[in-house]
Amino acid sequence: MRIPAAFRRSKGLIGAILVLSVFLVALLAPVFIPEDWATQMDMRARLSPPTWAHPLGTDQLGRDLMYRVLLGAQTSIYIASAAVLMSIVIGLPLGLISGYVGRTTDNVLMRLVDTLLSFPALLLALTISAVLGPNLQNTIIAIGIAFTPFLARIIRGEALRVAQMPYVEGARTAGNSDFRIIVHHILPNIMPAVIVQSTISLAFAILAEAGLSFLGLGTQPPDASWGLMIQASRDYLDRAPWTALVPGVAVAVTVLGLNMFGDALRDALDPRAKGGS
Amino acid sequence: MPDGNTPLVSVEGLRVEFASDGGTIVGVENVSFSVAPGETVCIVGESGSGKSVTSLSLMRLVEFGGGTIAEGRLRFAGQGGEIDLAQADPETMRGIRGNEIGMIFQEPMTSLNPVFTIERQMTDGLRAHRGLSGAQARQRALELLQEVRIPEPERRLKQYPHELSGGMRQRVVIAMAMACRPRLLIADEPTTALDVTIQAEILALIDRLKRENGMAVLFITHDMAVVAQMADRVVVMYRGNLVEEGPVGRIFAAPQEEYTRALLAAVPRLGDMRGKPGPEPLRLVGADAPDSVQAAVPPGDPEPLLQVLHLTTRYPVKGGLFRRTVANVHAVEDVSFDIAKGETLALVGESGCGKSSCGRSILRLAEPTSGQVLLDRTDVLALNERDLRRKVWRDIQMVFQDPFASLNPYMRLAAQVAEPLSNFGIAKGSEIEDRIAALFDRVELPRSFMRRFPHELSGGQRQRVAIARALAVSPKLIVADEAVSALDVSVQAQVLNLMMELQSTLGISYLFISHDMAVVERVSHRVGVMYLGRLVEIGSRAQIFENPRHPYTHSLLSAVPIADPARRTVRDDLKFRPIPSPVFPVGHEPAPSVYDEVEPGHLVLRQQAS
Repeated sequence: MRIPAAFRRSKGLIGAILVLSVFLVALLAPVFIPEDWATQMDMRARLSPPTWAHPLGTDQLGRDLMYRVLLGAQTSIYIASAAVLMSIVIGLPLGLISGYVGRTTDNVLMRLVDTLLSFPALLLALTISAVLGPNLQNTIIAIGIAFTPFLARIIRGEALRVAQMPYVEGARTAGNSDFRIIVHHILPNIMPAVIVQSTISLAFAILAEAGLSFLGLGTQPPDASWGLMIQASRDYLDRAPWTALVPGVAVAVTVLGLNMFGDALRDALDPRAKGGS
Repeated sequence: MPDGNTPLVSVEGLRVEFASDGGTIVGVENVSFSVAPGETVCIVGESGSGKSVTSLSLMRLVEFGGGTIAEGRLRFAGQGGEIDLAQADPETMRGIRGNEIGMIFQEPMTSLNPVFTIERQMTDGLRAHRGLSGAQARQRALELLQEVRIPEPERRLKQYPHELSGGMRQRVVIAMAMACRPRLLIADEPTTALDVTIQAEILALIDRLKRENGMAVLFITHDMAVVAQMADRVVVMYRGNLVEEGPVGRIFAAPQEEYTRALLAAVPRLGDMRGKPGPEPLRLVGADAPDSVQAAVPPGDPEPLLQVLHLTTRYPVKGGLFRRTVANVHAVEDVSFDIAKGETLALVGESGCGKSSCGRSILRLAEPTSGQVLLDRTDVLALNERDLRRKVWRDIQMVFQDPFASLNPYMRLAAQVAEPLSNFGIAKGSEIEDRIAALFDRVELPRSFMRRFPHELSGGQRQRVAIARALAVSPKLIVADEAVSALDVSVQAQVLNLMMELQSTLGISYLFISHDMAVVERVSHRVGVMYLGRLVEIGSRAQIFENPRHPYTHSLLSAVPIADPARRTVRDDLKFRPIPSPVFPVGHEPAPSVYDEVEPGHLVLRQQAS
């Protein structure tokens, strides 16, 4: 299997364009589209297939899917990005310290992570969200905490691997402080794993938000989010598949864009990929 | 053709291409040679010479690595008459691979499938190619294991690869390659990953099988010493081209081509240093005749730079639910030696003997269990982390084995060399830049490399950067842990010469850790031989190499292949004692090391009763 060189070069570009358009939509849709267009019900056109009046069809309450998906972008992207960012902010230092320091520190931190890991992520998020109360901020916290152990585990494993490399020992004998070794010698070398894991996490976070919303703990109706839309479409899949397809494609495009962009970013950060042959 | 025999294989004008992003890369080009029945032909060359590509082409395995045979013929006189392997269809190739042509790969750890027993792996091929029944195949497998002289063959059949030692695994691989009595055996670096005593055994085994079966052997190696021991004829390759071909005697005695001469000049030969007072750089073709490096030991200086006293390092083996220590690996056991200023002490031994742990313990990269390491009378082991940085690592630096892993791939070279300069407060601001430039000059690297990343350099160049980084603090001692082992011979020679030159001008001491006896003989003033964590013998280079007293030193020296086809030692099956396990239960306290001084400065470990 060989991917044509032209596509591989443009992969990052395509990814960047996709990600950028999704973020632009999330940012600009609320500015240009009145908020209530997403909640306006057209009772005569419930579960309508795409028509001139409703280019992407309507849902079971006759709400226009195009407006809902455009306005829902904001909620979904915001919650997912913020949650993943939070899991990185907590998980990265946790994993780095655990992997580099090792011994008891590693043991204590990793048992903590294992405990969190032993709950299904969604259940954990559900519990946190239920305890803190359902609102946007708590949804982010819930998903962020639920995703942290996965990231911490991966980072710890990578840090453990990198910490044993001769260049890290070389850096020690070169008189570097532990902090400097972690920041300058270990962190850059584990970034590829962090980037890849983050883009995957983003996709899962969008879906996790959907799960929470479905259970009434995430986005509150009538506000729109992609996850909520996918969940709502469940009962109408046979009659009105577009109700799932529209938000589904939105999630897919975002995830695809993120993955392509993440790949390209990882390559761009790797000096080995530049220059040379 | 030798002896007018019809060749078994003749390669004619072989050209192999690999497709890549940047267009077609030529793997090998215009390579022609032949192998007669019962003959050993060695293909020798450095990395990237195309020697493996050539052998994989014969098996048509090169296609699985993305290569295509673009030109040439691979005539093979098989059982069904002569065929051109380059044109053979996959069906025919399956009938030939493992049947008429057997192959042994470099890595005995990975060429056996870890999830199947030895029996299963050995009988598969027999049943497929020879249509044997289960019982017949098992019987044949047993015979094969006996043929390669594996002890307790019945038990081995039931075992999994991880239960066997490296040497034993390679014997199994050879037995499998021999299973269908191939007419040609291709051995691609079969001993490179093995210890020297095991290498000697395996070479002897291949040689015996060849003689007994009248089989032809195509032996791929980078090691001129192995070539000298094994080959009837030699094919020298360089960058995908055949440089020279001829009988082994002529290639070594009167090489015609410049490259062959350079390659031979770069190989240190055991015994070359007999009667010489100190280390001596290798005479490389095209370089100026090097000056003899004199030992920079100030006469009558009684104070050694580094004193290691009763050093013991043990690694815990954790097990059970609470990860308790269930046993200890006795990596270094009661080792004492000292290193004078400007002196090179070499530690030699086979893998797992504790030589690396010893070097790492001195730098406290591994934490010793007990003992003393005195650096200018300061006990290194008593220092806290801060003093360790300030005192020890300013004076002792380390150069690691793997040049691809010893530099941070994400940092520019100048920044990596700058680290010790700024961390130890040796230079500030623009001064750092000048220092780095001077260091790059010192290790003979162009200054333009300072802005580069490690991947842009070759292995030898990276090792020079690693040396430059070590030199940055003007250390008194450099611990070189297999620092040249991963390098090609010509590059190895250059780096060795550089290290010796640095010693004579800067007066640095080296702790030179290596498994390669010929290299050690070339560079060291004194030599310590390690076995099972202990120093079994230590003395001057002449004492160890010319008057070895400990039985292990003897066997080590007798196992080293000599790069001289007139002095063949690989003839009969050898059997060295396997190295016992260094793992002991918790609380086990081995007896202290007691030495006899057989000559002034020549200490030999007293044999223990058990």
